[in-house]
Amino acid sequence: MASHTVIDELKRNQILELLEQGKRVDGRALDEAREISIETSAIPKANGSARVRLGDTEVVCGVKIQPDRPFPDTGDKGLFICTAELLPLSHPTVETGPPGPEVIELARVVDRGIRESHMIDVSQLVIEKDKSVIGVFADNVVVDYDGNLFDACSYAATAALLSSKSPKWNWVDEAPTLVEGEEVDVPITTIPVSVTMAKIGKHIIVDPNGDEWASMDARITITSDSDGNICALQKGGDDGFTQDEIVQCGEISVRVGAKIREKLKAAQQGGQ
Amino acid sequence: MGGREATMVLMDENGKRCDGRTVDEPRRIMIKAGGLKNADGSSYIEFGDNKILVGVFGPRDVHPKHMSDTDTGILRVRYHMEPFSVGERKNPAPSRREIEISKVIKEALEPAVMLEKFPRTAVDVFIEVLQADGGTRCAALTAASVALADAGIPMRDMVAAIAAGKVADTVILDVNNEEDQAGQADMPIGYMPNLEKITLLQLDGVLTPEEYKKCVQVGVDGCKLVYELQKKALNDKYFGNKGD
Repeated sequence: MASHTVIDELKRNQILELLEQGKRVDGRALDEAREISIETSAIPKANGSARVRLGDTEVVCGVKIQPDRPFPDTGDKGLFICTAELLPLSHPTVETGPPGPEVIELARVVDRGIRESHMIDVSQLVIEKDKSVIGVFADNVVVDYDGNLFDACSYAATAALLSSKSPKWNWVDEAPTLVEGEEVDVPITTIPVSVTMAKIGKHIIVDPNGDEWASMDARITITSDSDGNICALQKGGDDGFTQDEIVQCGEISVRVGAKIREKLKAAQQGGQ
Repeated sequence: MGGREATMVLMDENGKRCDGRTVDEPRRIMIKAGGLKNADGSSYIEFGDNKILVGVFGPRDVHPKHMSDTDTGILRVRYHMEPFSVGERKNPAPSRREIEISKVIKEALEPAVMLEKFPRTAVDVFIEVLQADGGTRCAALTAASVALADAGIPMRDMVAAIAAGKVADTVILDVNNEEDQAGQADMPIGYMPNLEKITLLQLDGVLTPEEYKKCVQVGVDGCKLVYELQKKALNDKYFGNKGD
């Protein structure tokens, strides 16, 4: 790993020097996300799916919708579960086996952003109260890595959910029974968009690429909903943010998020 | 699992199969070499409704170290299915089936790769099934060969693979999911056309000795078809016949 650190040190210096002049290594503005391409319905066997490329970071998300047992304390609500996994083909350093703390944090932050926005109205996902509910599973797999997996996974999951159609079940003879040939819309209330910012020196940049990710001091991921309210947040990294910076990050996330929300909407309409 | 009763019409009176193919017609096959930025070599295959992504790394240092061999390089293969790749959501943890398929694909590729040129190193092949529809191991093996070639790893030949089988008492090429579930036999074959060697062969189902011989013949002929598409994928990437 020693050689790795030396390269990062040189790159970090270059990134810092450019930031002092208000520039970034790939020529973007400080509050500019990378090019986003969204292909929905990429996996016809899933109930909804999306293949999202954010710069050179690529994520495939598939949504599976199926009957499940409710949690004992929430028999009047369906399930929503979002996962994220780094596939070993995404980067030479990724290993197989159980996920490490970074990947577990990734999955939980992506899940929380969508869950806390109440994008999916789980109260409508009940087949029979306390006995059978509908579970919505959004599984993200990272196939190519170039930084900022939080946003790439979040956009993939959101786009996949927007493109989803749910089968229909009725409660017959104490069991959920599939109604053949009928599809219903997934109850969607809002479109959450996460925006991840990195702090390098005194500078705050949106959507850090792989090199910027490796040289940042701290990061913050803020998810906002369609009304422009902030609904989830996660700070990470070794350094801290000042109070002013936190307020500034909140403003940036809502403003940049609104632009990205339009792209997610366009992909939903294009994918029909 | 694997009901063998013929509740479904697998072959009509005109010899057309359940998806409209003739007995010796493969599904639509599209192979693309490259595509991933971080992998040393990669490929993507659509084989009927199968969609599979393969990434190759190496030759590189072996971790854990005790796995390394001072006389030769080693090949490691992981075959993995995404939770959304099949009808009912699959548990993301590797199943016994996936571990077995990883092993047979590794052993099918080993004779093709000149590992003795890279002692103490490993070549890692990662196979990710995005969507499965019968015959994933053949599609995966076919794509893995292309990804190894794309990584520039010296090879004696590429392994092409396809399944032969038996439905409605007829020997067929390229068994799809319905035919696998309700048919009488499924025989995946991996073959190196230049070296004329079969490196993957499995069978489940009952065949007479004559049918067995015919299945192998049909499978080998099918592999030769697939081989041409593998070469075309590499040609398209490296010699720029992209315009077609």
